[in-house]
Amino acid sequence: MTTSDVTILEAGTQADRPLLEIRDLAISFKTGSGEVQAVRNAHLTIMPGETVAIVGESGSGKSTTALAAIGLLPGNGRVAGGQILLDGEDISHASEKRMIELRGNIIGMVPQDPMSNLNPVWKIGDQVRETLKANGRPSGPDDVAKVLAQAGLPDAARRAKQYPHEFSGGMRQRALIAIGLSCQPRLLIADEPTSALDVTVQRQILDHLEKMTSELGTSVLLITHDLGLAAERADKVVVMYRGNVVEAGPSLELLQNPQHPYTQRLVASAPSLASRRIQVAKQLGVPTEEVLASAETVAVEPAMTEDVLQIQNLSKVFKLRSGFGKSTDFTAVDDVSFSVKRGTTTAIVGESGSGKSTVAQMVLNLLEPTSGKIIFDGVDTSALNSKEIFAFRRRVQPIFQDPYGSLDPMYNIYRTIEEPLRVHKIGDKVSREKKVRELLDQVSLPQSTMQRYPNELSGGQRQRVAIARALALDPEVIICDEAVSALDVLVQAQVLNLLAELQSRLGLTYLFITHDLAVVRQIADHVCVMEKGKLVETGSTDDVFDAPRQDYTKALLHAIPGARLMLPPEVA
Amino acid sequence: MKTNRTLEHFVAPVEETPLLATDAVKVDEAPLSLWADAWRKLRRRPLFIISAVMIALIIVVAVFPGLFTQVAPDNGCELANSNGAPTEGHPLGFTFQGCDIYSRIIHGTQASLMVGVFSVISVLIIGVTFGALAGFFGGWVDTFFARLGDIFFALPIVLGALVLTQLPLMRENRGVWTVVLVLVVLGWPQMARITRGAVIEVRNADFVTAARSLGVSRLGSLVSHVLPNALAPIIVLATMELGVFIVAEATLSFLGIGMPGSVMSWGNDISAAQSSIRTNPAVLLYPATALSITVLSFIMLGDALRDALDPKSRQR
Repeated sequence: MTTSDVTILEAGTQADRPLLEIRDLAISFKTGSGEVQAVRNAHLTIMPGETVAIVGESGSGKSTTALAAIGLLPGNGRVAGGQILLDGEDISHASEKRMIELRGNIIGMVPQDPMSNLNPVWKIGDQVRETLKANGRPSGPDDVAKVLAQAGLPDAARRAKQYPHEFSGGMRQRALIAIGLSCQPRLLIADEPTSALDVTVQRQILDHLEKMTSELGTSVLLITHDLGLAAERADKVVVMYRGNVVEAGPSLELLQNPQHPYTQRLVASAPSLASRRIQVAKQLGVPTEEVLASAETVAVEPAMTEDVLQIQNLSKVFKLRSGFGKSTDFTAVDDVSFSVKRGTTTAIVGESGSGKSTVAQMVLNLLEPTSGKIIFDGVDTSALNSKEIFAFRRRVQPIFQDPYGSLDPMYNIYRTIEEPLRVHKIGDKVSREKKVRELLDQVSLPQSTMQRYPNELSGGQRQRVAIARALALDPEVIICDEAVSALDVLVQAQVLNLLAELQSRLGLTYLFITHDLAVVRQIADHVCVMEKGKLVETGSTDDVFDAPRQDYTKALLHAIPGARLMLPPEVA
Repeated sequence: MKTNRTLEHFVAPVEETPLLATDAVKVDEAPLSLWADAWRKLRRRPLFIISAVMIALIIVVAVFPGLFTQVAPDNGCELANSNGAPTEGHPLGFTFQGCDIYSRIIHGTQASLMVGVFSVISVLIIGVTFGALAGFFGGWVDTFFARLGDIFFALPIVLGALVLTQLPLMRENRGVWTVVLVLVVLGWPQMARITRGAVIEVRNADFVTAARSLGVSRLGSLVSHVLPNALAPIIVLATMELGVFIVAEATLSFLGIGMPGSVMSWGNDISAAQSSIRTNPAVLLYPATALSITVLSFIMLGDALRDALDPKSRQR
């Protein structure tokens, strides 16, 4: 979809020969325990002007394959077999000198993390100039400004004199795109170019990238973990799993007719696609529950209607220090009111800086509100004394985003899950151990996990342990602060299923804080949309998704990757 | 699709790319705590093995000097043997006063090691407490302890020791404990600084917030979650400081403000050897070597521990 008709016609003469062809590529890494194969039998063809996406979870070898194409494998990695043909020339074992010639001029790269890929002590303009100079192009201030302006940076000449810390995440990513495209390469490798950005910014950046590359006739190799995004942006999708290419084909066909079991699973689990499926199914009159059931999600019927949590005019003002004794006020949360019904899932959605996590911290009684009330089960939580807070903690539990940070690395899993029981002096040693075993069963972890330490578990397993710990005290409300954002798609789907299952079994109430609208669509009953500390829209999930009233909500919905895909509901 | 070329749809044979269960738990390997992991790394490092054997030997010498020499160190001195060469039963010869050098070194180990161990324990208690409180609570608590530490940090150890040991109470009770006191007073800020840094790094971790929302009190979370995770740099520094304090004791004794002459210590011996350094350098050489080896062992152990406890090397 990226390639416009014009470029195809222009490139028509050479369109028969692929720009980049990877054949039977094998890459191995030397590690302490011998040689490890990271990629096997990878093949991939990119025609001039075409956009190809590699999709896979972390560790699937997608970035490694792309790095091999630009000759930037880490020191312990090597191409163990196969060919990388760039315009017919095998570059898999090309000399460093030849690779330097190719990089920038023929192959450009947009790296993943805009926060760490710009040198903080160099001005943006100097970093662009460095690239231009290295590739022997004119590098005066005007050329630099032109390159930046093309990447969509407003006021480029002035911006070129600024340092990276003066740029927002989206602007930094634009600067990196400018650097990647500055020498008008024929192939651009974009490694998760927007995964660190908010959805609306992601959309702008990708739109712009698409426009630029189609104007220049550049081929793009897009690396992403989001199948919806890949299908929307690329002509062709290559799915990688554990170092193998398991399926490759035209993007829409791949979504509609996935052949390999892994791809089938991926298509079924990708939240962006699932939410799209619900949307389409609705238009056709299929009830949401049925579509969700096909994605193995347990539907929950909110039976009770009592408000377990009421947030009234909640505000939080932080004092920011600015010079001697002076401080400026920063309103993180501004007059937010909503209520959460027992046994349901309420999602707070917003981009970074919207104040959604601050709300969560206040509900957890970890931060004191500047004004407003949080009423839990009829009692104002700000008026609780320390003993009552201790009792309150039993009933409201959090699950945090980072499964690598939320478990104490010094505690084994048994101690981690047992800690809440010990702190609240529940039961004796024997009954506590029994309870821990039960909890592990509930989150589908083998009981032998008890003796393990967090560093031995994967992200999804750690998140299960975190859920088990949160459940240990039989709470009524669980606050999930971006609880699945850091997980791979399949693992994410598993954890979401687990949460839904636990809800229906234990009658839990969830307050789900997330930036990912696609996930909200799958699990939430009610949605609160926050922007810059204010609550801009609230309502049932169906209402908000079907008939958003605010422009901001519309923009957010529109920015879900895959939102523009025309998918029939039976794609699952 | 806008391309006029047909794109083939490739599917890998399922037999060659079998699906694994998503997120299976490894159950075959033994569980690994931080300490088990560190021990696994350490026991293969020559640096650790050598230093550990040396330290074990030094401890045995300090606790049971009688196992290594039958010669009494002080009352067997005969001036006839002054600066005498090694003889049968006296392998390292004699000092200016005619005492057996070997015996004095063996018996001197105890004082040096005691000063090192007790100084480090006291520094750990004071430095870790102050540093942890400062780092965990921040704000004025932090400012108070940081400024307090700076005052002591600014005093050069020799100058500070000279002043402190001249206090009447200290002058009258000179011995192991006064030396320990001086070293602790002047040495705790270093430990407090390291602890403070390590605590600040850990205190905002999610697992601390998680513990707090479980109902663990602030102080409780400091003790049960923050400190254990901040322990690695503290242990490394403590090991190295042990060596440093032993040298400091020798320095003070050499200057005549450390151990009284009646207590046998390497510092006193080095000091006494000054007078005969031209005629019999061995008198100086042997206690100095014992001192160097001891200090080197502790510093090597600290180095090995630092590598083993480095959290960055602990990713699987």
